[in-house]
Amino acid sequence: MANSSLSPNAASCHQEVISLEDVSFSYQQQKVISGLSFAVKERDFIGLIGTNGAGKTTLLRMIVGLLKPASGTIRLFGNNVDKFKEWEKIGYVPQKNSFNPLFPATVREVVLSGLIGRNKLFKKLTKADYKKGEDALLAMGIVDLKDKRIGQLSGGQQQRVFLARALINNPSLLILDEPTVGIDTETQESFFHMIKHMHQHHNMTFLMVSHDLDMIRSYLGERPAAQNGKLKFHIKHSHETQDCVEKDLAHSLKGLREQMESGKEVVLIGDRNS
Amino acid sequence: MEIVTLEFFQRALVGGLLIGVTAPLMGLFLVLRRLSMIGDTLSHVSIAGVALGFLIGVYPVAVGLIFAIAASFAIEKLRKAYKTYAELSIAIIMSGGVALASLLFTMGKGFTMNVNSYLFGSILTLNRTDLYLIGAVTAVVLIVIWLQVKELFLITFDEDAAAVSGLPVKFYNVMISVLTALVISVSIKIVGALLVSALLTIPAACSLIVARSFRQSVITVVVIGELAVLIGLLIAGVWNLAPGGTIVMFLIVVLLMLLLIRRGVRAGS
Repeated sequence: MANSSLSPNAASCHQEVISLEDVSFSYQQQKVISGLSFAVKERDFIGLIGTNGAGKTTLLRMIVGLLKPASGTIRLFGNNVDKFKEWEKIGYVPQKNSFNPLFPATVREVVLSGLIGRNKLFKKLTKADYKKGEDALLAMGIVDLKDKRIGQLSGGQQQRVFLARALINNPSLLILDEPTVGIDTETQESFFHMIKHMHQHHNMTFLMVSHDLDMIRSYLGERPAAQNGKLKFHIKHSHETQDCVEKDLAHSLKGLREQMESGKEVVLIGDRNS
Repeated sequence: MEIVTLEFFQRALVGGLLIGVTAPLMGLFLVLRRLSMIGDTLSHVSIAGVALGFLIGVYPVAVGLIFAIAASFAIEKLRKAYKTYAELSIAIIMSGGVALASLLFTMGKGFTMNVNSYLFGSILTLNRTDLYLIGAVTAVVLIVIWLQVKELFLITFDEDAAAVSGLPVKFYNVMISVLTALVISVSIKIVGALLVSALLTIPAACSLIVARSFRQSVITVVVIGELAVLIGLLIAGVWNLAPGGTIVMFLIVVLLMLLLIRRGVRAGS
C-alpha cells in the first residue's frame, strides 16, 4: 500500500515487514491510538516520535504482541501477530532502565539470552550458539566486559550489551525502544552512528522509538512521512536507490565488526584506541 | 549427637535437605522479580488449608497444598487488577489466609497442640507420607528448573524481551507461582509457616552480595540453603529447639557475615 510512487519492481521485491491496518487502542475510556494504518517495508528505517502519552510504547507493545489492539490487524512478515511464530527474526532493545542494576547476570549471560525462544525450548545451547555469542560481543566491542556484572557497566556499555543480545540471531527486524534515554550526548551519537551503519550495510529493518528529534531529523528527514494523532513517523527507505537484483546484503556479525573497525565513520567510545 | 541415629530425625534431615535445594531456588526467581513477599503469602494461606484439613479430617499437608496453589492463581489474577501495585495483591491475600486460618483454628480448639509445629516447624512430626510428598515435589521442581533454566533466566531478567522472543510469559508466571506453592506447602512441617519464606528469600539475598553471574547465584543459594538446613536441624535436634527458628537464625548470621565481609573488602581495597 501507499507505495505506488516506487517502481513496480522495487515494490514487489521488498516484503512488508510490519503492517498495521486501521489499528486502534484505548486504555479504559481513553483512546490512545485510533485508525492507524501503516506499513514498514524491508530495509526501511522508521523513527517513531511522540510526546509522553502519545502512544509510542503502546504501539511498540502491540507490534511485538505484548498488547492486543482494540480493533484492526497487525501483521509481521505477512502473518497475523497472534499467529506469528518466527520471533527469532526480531531483535528487541528495551529501554535502558528496564532491569535492576543489582541483578546477578554477566554480560555474556545477557547476550546469550537473546538466543532463547520457542525453538530453543528444552534444548541446551550448542557450541555454535556460544560462537554466535562471541561474535555478537566482538561486533559490539565488548568482549573484554563479558564476565562483568551487567549492572557495573556504564549506560553506553549496557546499550551495547542489549544491542549485542538483539543482534545475536541476525534479526531481520530490529526494534529499539528509546535506546538513548539517560545516556550522555557523546555516547548517544556513537550509538546512533552504529545503528546508521547497520542500516546502510545490512539487510535489516529498523523501528526505533525516540525522543531525540535532532538525530531522527538528521537521518530520516525534517518532516514526518506520516502522522497519527500525536505519533509521528519519520521514514528512510534504503531500497529506493538500490537494485532489487542485489541479494548479497546479509553480513555476518563478524563482517559488521570488521567494517566498523576499519571504517572511519564509526567512532567507538571507550575501547580500541589503536 | 545420638539424635542423628533416630529415625524421626533422619526423616526430618532428608526432608530438610530436599527443601534446602528447592526453596532457595524458587526464592531466587521470586526475589529477582521483586516478588519476595509471595513466599509469605502462600505459606499463610497454606496454613489455612492445614487447619481445614485438621477440621475435616483430611491429610492436612495436601489441603494446605491445594490452598497454596489456589492462592498462587489468585495472586496472578489480582496482580492484573492492580498492575503497578503487585505487592498490594500479595498483602491482601496474605491477611486473608491468616484470617481464615485463625477462624478455622478457633473452630477446632481440640487440635491446638499441633498448630505450633505447623507455625514454627518441627523435627518430630514428619512422617513417611510427608517425606514421599517432599520427594515428589523436589523431583518436579528440579526437573522443571533443569529443563527451563535459560527461559526462567530470561523471564526473570527481562519479561518483555522474553515475550518478544515468543516465550509464553503468562504460562511461566503461573508455573513459577505454582512451583513455589508446592515447595512452600511441603516445607511448612519442617520449617514452619511463619518462617518458610526466609528459606526462600535469605539465600537469594546472600547471593546478591556474592554472585556475579546468574550461574553463581544459583549455586550460592543452594549451598547456603543446604548449610542452613543441616546446621539448623542439628542444633534444633540437640537442644530441642524449633527448627524453623534455628534455620532462619543461621541464615541471618550468614547474611550479616557476608555483608560485613563485603564491607571489609571494600574498605580494604
